[in-house]
Amino acid sequence: MKTGAFTAMAAATMLAAAPALADLVIPTLNYRTGPYAPSGIPYADGFSDYLRLLNARDGGVGGVPIVERECETAYNTEKGVECYEALKGEGALVFIPQSTGITYQLIPKATVDQIPVHSIGYGRTSAANGKVFEWVFNYPGTYWDAASIIVKYAMDQSGGSLEGKKITLVYHNSAYGKEPIRTLEDLAKKHGYTLNLIAVDHPGQEQKSQWLQIRRERPDFVFMWGWGVMNQVAVQEAANIKFPMENFIGVWWSGSEADVKPAGDGANGYKAVTWHSPGSDFPLYADLKTHVYDKGNAAGDGTKVGEVLYNRGVFSAIVTTEAIRKAQEIHGVAQITPAMMRDGMENLDITAERWAELGLPGFTAPIKISCADHGAPGLAAIQQWDAAAQKWTIVSDFYTPDEEVVQPLIEADSMAYASENNITPRSCE
Amino acid sequence: MDPVVLNTLEVILNGLMAGVMYSLVALGFVLIFKASGIFNYAQGVMALFAALTLVGLQTGQVPFAHLINAIFGTQLHHFGWELPSILAILGSMAVMILFAFLVERYILKHLVNQEPIILFMATIGLAFFMEGFGDLMWGADIKKLDVGLPQGGSFWLEEQTAGWASEGSDYYGMYIDVLDVWATMIAVALVVALTLFSQYTKTGRALRAVADDHQAALSVGISLRAIWVIVWAIAGFVALVAGIMWGAKLGVQFSLSLIALKALPVLMLGGFTSIPGAIVGGLIIGVGEKLFEFAIGPMIGGATENWFAYMLALLFLVFRPQGLFGDKIIERV
Repeated sequence: MKTGAFTAMAAATMLAAAPALADLVIPTLNYRTGPYAPSGIPYADGFSDYLRLLNARDGGVGGVPIVERECETAYNTEKGVECYEALKGEGALVFIPQSTGITYQLIPKATVDQIPVHSIGYGRTSAANGKVFEWVFNYPGTYWDAASIIVKYAMDQSGGSLEGKKITLVYHNSAYGKEPIRTLEDLAKKHGYTLNLIAVDHPGQEQKSQWLQIRRERPDFVFMWGWGVMNQVAVQEAANIKFPMENFIGVWWSGSEADVKPAGDGANGYKAVTWHSPGSDFPLYADLKTHVYDKGNAAGDGTKVGEVLYNRGVFSAIVTTEAIRKAQEIHGVAQITPAMMRDGMENLDITAERWAELGLPGFTAPIKISCADHGAPGLAAIQQWDAAAQKWTIVSDFYTPDEEVVQPLIEADSMAYASENNITPRSCE
Repeated sequence: MDPVVLNTLEVILNGLMAGVMYSLVALGFVLIFKASGIFNYAQGVMALFAALTLVGLQTGQVPFAHLINAIFGTQLHHFGWELPSILAILGSMAVMILFAFLVERYILKHLVNQEPIILFMATIGLAFFMEGFGDLMWGADIKKLDVGLPQGGSFWLEEQTAGWASEGSDYYGMYIDVLDVWATMIAVALVVALTLFSQYTKTGRALRAVADDHQAALSVGISLRAIWVIVWAIAGFVALVAGIMWGAKLGVQFSLSLIALKALPVLMLGGFTSIPGAIVGGLIIGVGEKLFEFAIGPMIGGATENWFAYMLALLFLVFRPQGLFGDKIIERV
């Protein structure tokens, strides 16, 4: 009798915990703990708040509520894989790994399980080739897009030519940090600049040698592919040696409030590439306030709203839910499967007008994904930190990537992957 | 003078300064190991916790605000006042003394006479607990630490030395971070104070007695428990100093706890039981890794400092297993 009651209780608990069949399940592999939590928390809050808004205001997407299944990874690859294994059976529509390391681990697994993986501005760059990576997406841009855009911007700042200039790349000594090297080397041949590479070992708390070297070599520009504490220390060291901060440009993972605030006034003028606007001066935030913050239903304490990474979380939630909407439209059903989700992602088309309808006019560039191109549009702008006002401001137009250099690299790398893994690229005609 | 010579001098000078920063962390390990034979895995986290507390007190942050808000639906963040740095430092020290008392009361007391590995495991548990506790108490945000210490390159030195190089060469003067100079002075003062304390005070002599022989110290009436509280409190103070110095460089954040990784080769080289060893070890590691990165690093892809520090320490271990200044362990059958 006791066993029966226990079994009934356990079953009831499981039913209560598991999402209903008619829910749209979105797993979130967050990192609210560990050394990278200062970056993980605002992103996770932004992502959750937007999903909560849709549930509260619209009843979900297409009338179906969204269920967020949060799993804490602490930015640890092994934990990320555990999260994937635990959640894939719960009807997960798409996995957003929030880490390049986890993405690399999930690519073969998710391909077999036929669940889309969306590494939003990180992960394996050549996954942009949808002919090879059917289940992997990395829109709205890749690291190679970012590298070529930073070079284009530097060129504009140098009067249209980088001939004879010295550029130093300070990079996290990991697969992520090394991603832009090939692109920057190819661009160096094309534009005639000298590229100097300086690696920083994880975690990057001590960078005296690296910045002494930069001080001796006096490059015209320093680019940074950093993460976590490496960013804060680099910005501080650059300020210490009085490197002109307007010529110090980071990738989009080296350009949040957390990266610049510890250096105080010294960080003034530092720049980073970004694909979306900072700040909360958009109509969407009024809706978030009414339906989420004021109802006491926000994921965080409200202090991160409008920060770069909070907005990136909101962006990620929007492109995810818009893909769900597209999948529902294509297949004519409200309850979709991971395969349908993939179709939605592959046919995603968020125009400037749609961004405005969503309450984010001018927030980012239009996005149009296709069977062949999973990394579009690759557009990005440059933002600059104002230490006095304590805010980032977009200081350039949106640039297109240098397709002439980037596309052959994507083609070569993805075809090498296809050959290693016996994948026959599909036709996207 | 040849710019290469000047650059080498600059690297050596900066290596010495970096070494002092490593020594500051290593000192805490040495103090506890010397008095109780415990390798305190939590020393890095103690530096993080002390720095978090300091910034929290300075900025008038409400401790456990996130938890309180989640339970009571309040919107608490700050008290609305700010403490002067000196008061905040004293307040943080008081918290570290309380921490030492609690560690002795709830952990060490129950592990008397246990194997060193058990005590080591206990400090691993303590480290993870402190990480979570610090996070819950003060939040995971990166915080700027400002206790009034100057930071940035010394432009006076740069100007004075800019003309030292031979004419026509690209030399921009010698670079030293003023914060590192302060760290050096503070570390020297700390070592002098610790030495005077251990040599000329009754408590200091008791500490040395416990360090030499627990049983003998107990037999002459020294309270082991009181000594442990004192030692952990002093280590807490050293952690606070290390937390201030490193926190000023990288902001107060979770990664501060990882500075312990920089102290390990220093301990291996200098010995686990010697305060001068921690200092000399730090200087050797600092200069060694910076010179290697300067001379060899560019030829082999750079980022050599982390592994080279351990290589250097291992090299010393081959010839002196107890470290440069460590006590030679002799066990008779």
